[in-house]
Amino acid sequence: MAGKFKNCITLCCTGKPSVVEDMATNGYTCDDAIEGLKKLLSEKSDLESVAAAKIKQLTAELEATDTNEFNPVERIQNGFARFKKEKYEKNPTLYGELAKSQSPKFLVFACSDSRVCPSHILDFQPGEAFVVRNIANMVPPYDTVKHSGVGAAVEYAVVHLKVEHIVVIGHSCCGGIKGLMSFPDEGPTSTHFIEQWVKICLPAKSKVKADCSDDVDFTDQCTNCEKEAVNVSLGNLLTYPFVRDAVVNNQLSLKGGHYDFVKGAFDLWNLDFAISPSLFQ
Amino acid sequence: MSNYLNNEATASTEIPRNENEVENANQTGLEKPAFDPIKRIEKGFQFFKINEFNKYPDYYRQLAEKQEPKFLMFACSDSRVSPTNILNLRPGEAFMNRNIANLVPAFNKLRYSDIGAIIEYAILALKVEVIVVIGHSRCGGIQRLLSLPDKKTSYDFIDDWVSVAKPAKEKVISKHPHASGEELQTLVEKESVMNSLVNLLSYPYVRTGLADKKLKLIGGYYDFVCGKFEILAVDSDIKPTIDI
Repeated sequence: MAGKFKNCITLCCTGKPSVVEDMATNGYTCDDAIEGLKKLLSEKSDLESVAAAKIKQLTAELEATDTNEFNPVERIQNGFARFKKEKYEKNPTLYGELAKSQSPKFLVFACSDSRVCPSHILDFQPGEAFVVRNIANMVPPYDTVKHSGVGAAVEYAVVHLKVEHIVVIGHSCCGGIKGLMSFPDEGPTSTHFIEQWVKICLPAKSKVKADCSDDVDFTDQCTNCEKEAVNVSLGNLLTYPFVRDAVVNNQLSLKGGHYDFVKGAFDLWNLDFAISPSLFQ
Repeated sequence: MSNYLNNEATASTEIPRNENEVENANQTGLEKPAFDPIKRIEKGFQFFKINEFNKYPDYYRQLAEKQEPKFLMFACSDSRVSPTNILNLRPGEAFMNRNIANLVPAFNKLRYSDIGAIIEYAILALKVEVIVVIGHSRCGGIQRLLSLPDKKTSYDFIDDWVSVAKPAKEKVISKHPHASGEELQTLVEKESVMNSLVNLLSYPYVRTGLADKKLKLIGGYYDFVCGKFEILAVDSDIKPTIDI
């Protein structure tokens, strides 16, 4: 440092201000930094491993800034800009009405899986469908302690919005259903939440295991379970009194669906049942 | 017990979606053809199959083998705020939870296993990189929260569920004691997003992800009255409230 200072004075006096400016504004160059580090390490050699780790991290960070790094904020902003330009601004009547209120005809249960959004696969537009998405598109039975989230959504949709149709949509290669079919039915769980959650549709697993002969392979068993689990969920919907009432009064229909993204197919079925109103006093 | 209506789409002609049809279906009118949900679902799937699935076979074949979404998104069940629509997402981009008022409650194995399972799976199995919580304008769930306690009407589930956002309501009221109406609701809708982001920190896999710099948290707000999307917070803006 002393050497540089001497140079600086000399250069100042010879009327060359550029070096002084450099030190005042740009200050430290990369070489200066390395020199400083070398000096520190020669004085305190126990810092070597610390310095090595930090240099490694810095190198990685600098390398990352070169590549086309995923920028989530940009992705979100660009996505919204596109929606605003191509949809929102082009349909002012629709979006003006929607801003005041929504009156969707559907309540849809779909899996959280990134490949099965109902807005994509059934082309639902804003205003059409009230949507619940969770692992393996499950509807648990009525339980104000354990399942208030799903309960609140069903209650709001049926009682407040008065939707006309509830559709529960399963899908191919569902990780949740595969887990249900693979996890042991009893014994300690290895996950905090996942096993406990998918066991909602344990009756579907039992049915599939009972119905399938030994030569049905695991993948086909899972496909059957995906569909049976939808039926279990539809049955669970009837444990909600407001759903039962609306169904009995012909104000609400329950449907099951299955989206197969391997074949590119969509199955849809009604839940037909005979309910005598007198049973529900 | 159930009738199977097999709807394998085989239409070969392109069926354009009529935006006006959707508009008409949403508006009330005197003379309206009866709504056929089965036809609506059939048409919707056909539109997707023809304009997407069949058009990009390599993309969908790859997706069928594996999903690798970078996002986990929490959005409201409200029919107007699907992130797929408002953020122009592609299949495969975002693992999603949709619930009333886009709430993320704190870690609780007994009461909130649905939310816990989603977070656990998204981070540990799918290794998502970003969690986004998206609030929105005129949210019915937040509106209900603001009307509590309500001595006249009670719900089996709704009031208990929206109370997950009660800390947000209390924080806003103490900071803005004179706010009311839509202004108050907007403040609570946004504060609820912040509250949900803080609740995310109660999940160990979220904490580990943040510490390892493998995970980012983002809070967003969609205002469909003005047509705006605001980024409320990214990562380091999120601070847990201190309980005294």
